[in-house]
Amino acid sequence: MKQILGNFIEPQEGHGEYLKIGFQPSSITLQQRWHNNGLSADFLAGYMSTFFPGGDQASTARQAEIKDAISFIANELLENAMKFTHSSSHHTVTIEMFLDVDAIKLYTVNGIAPDKIDPFQQFIGRLLTEDTDALYTEQLERNAAGENEGASGLGYLTMLNDYGASLAWRFTNLIHDGDDIALTTMVRLPV
Amino acid sequence: MEIVHPDYEVRYDEASSTVTCKGSFRLHGDEYTPVLDLLLKAADAMPALLTLDVRELQFLNSSGINTLSKLILRVRNHKVTQVVVRGSARFPWQEKSLINLQRLLPALKLEIA
Repeated sequence: MKQILGNFIEPQEGHGEYLKIGFQPSSITLQQRWHNNGLSADFLAGYMSTFFPGGDQASTARQAEIKDAISFIANELLENAMKFTHSSSHHTVTIEMFLDVDAIKLYTVNGIAPDKIDPFQQFIGRLLTEDTDALYTEQLERNAAGENEGASGLGYLTMLNDYGASLAWRFTNLIHDGDDIALTTMVRLPV
Repeated sequence: MEIVHPDYEVRYDEASSTVTCKGSFRLHGDEYTPVLDLLLKAADAMPALLTLDVRELQFLNSSGINTLSKLILRVRNHKVTQVVVRGSARFPWQEKSLINLQRLLPALKLEIA
C-alpha cells in the first residue's frame, strides 16, 4: 500500500544540506517527550538559521523569521508525530530537514494505527480542498464548544495560513511492524 | 492570580483587567487546563476593557493558540468586553498569527509594536 495526498516531493537524502534526527517514542513518557520536541525544534531552527546570515536590518529580520517559522513548524510536526504514533509501535519517529534553493522542506515519519487513517485522510481532504481560513475559524469554534475530539489540525492550518507553507502526506505499509502504517508528513516552506 | 512555571508565566491582574503571558507556551493538551481556567476567569469578570499582553510570549504552539482563542470566544459570548491584544514585532509569530484572534472577534484591537 502506498497512498499520497497533496503534492508530495520525495526526500532526497544524500543530496545537499540536510539534517535527520530519530526518536524512540516508547523510551520515555509523552510528557517528557514534549519537552524534547521543543529542544529538537529549536535546534533545527537554530541550525537552519545559520544558512541565512544576518547583517543588515533586512537580512537579520529574515533570519529571525525563518528561525521562528522552523521552530513552530518542527515543533508541531514532532508533537503530531509523537501523539499519533501507534502506542505499541517500535517504529522510530524521524524528522528531516532539507535546504533547497527556494524552500526548506521538513519531513516527519511515524507509525499510525490503521483505525486512525480514515478520519485523518478525510481531514486532509478538507485541508487540500477547502478555504483554510474558514476551516481555521471553524476548528477554533468547534474546539471551544468541545466538539473536536483530540486533533483539530490547527497546527497544519497555521502552517498553511500564517506561514504560507504547503503540506503533503504519504502512507506506506511497514513491512516489519505488523499491520502498522508509516505516515510521512511533508511541509515545504518557501524562503 | 498567577501561574509561574520555569518555561512560562501567566498573570491576571484584576485591578487593571490585564492578562499577561510570558515565556514559551509549549504545553501538551490537558496541561493547558490551569492556564485556560485563569484566562476564563478574566473573561467571566466581564470588565469593560480586557487587555491581553503577550509582548513577552516568545513561542505559542497550536494547543496554545487554541487556549487563547477560547478566551476570545468566551469574551465574544458575553458581549460586554472590549479586548486589546498587545504584541511585539520582536517575535515574528505574533505578526503572523495574532490577527487570527481578530477574526474571531472583529472588534478586538490589536497593537503590535
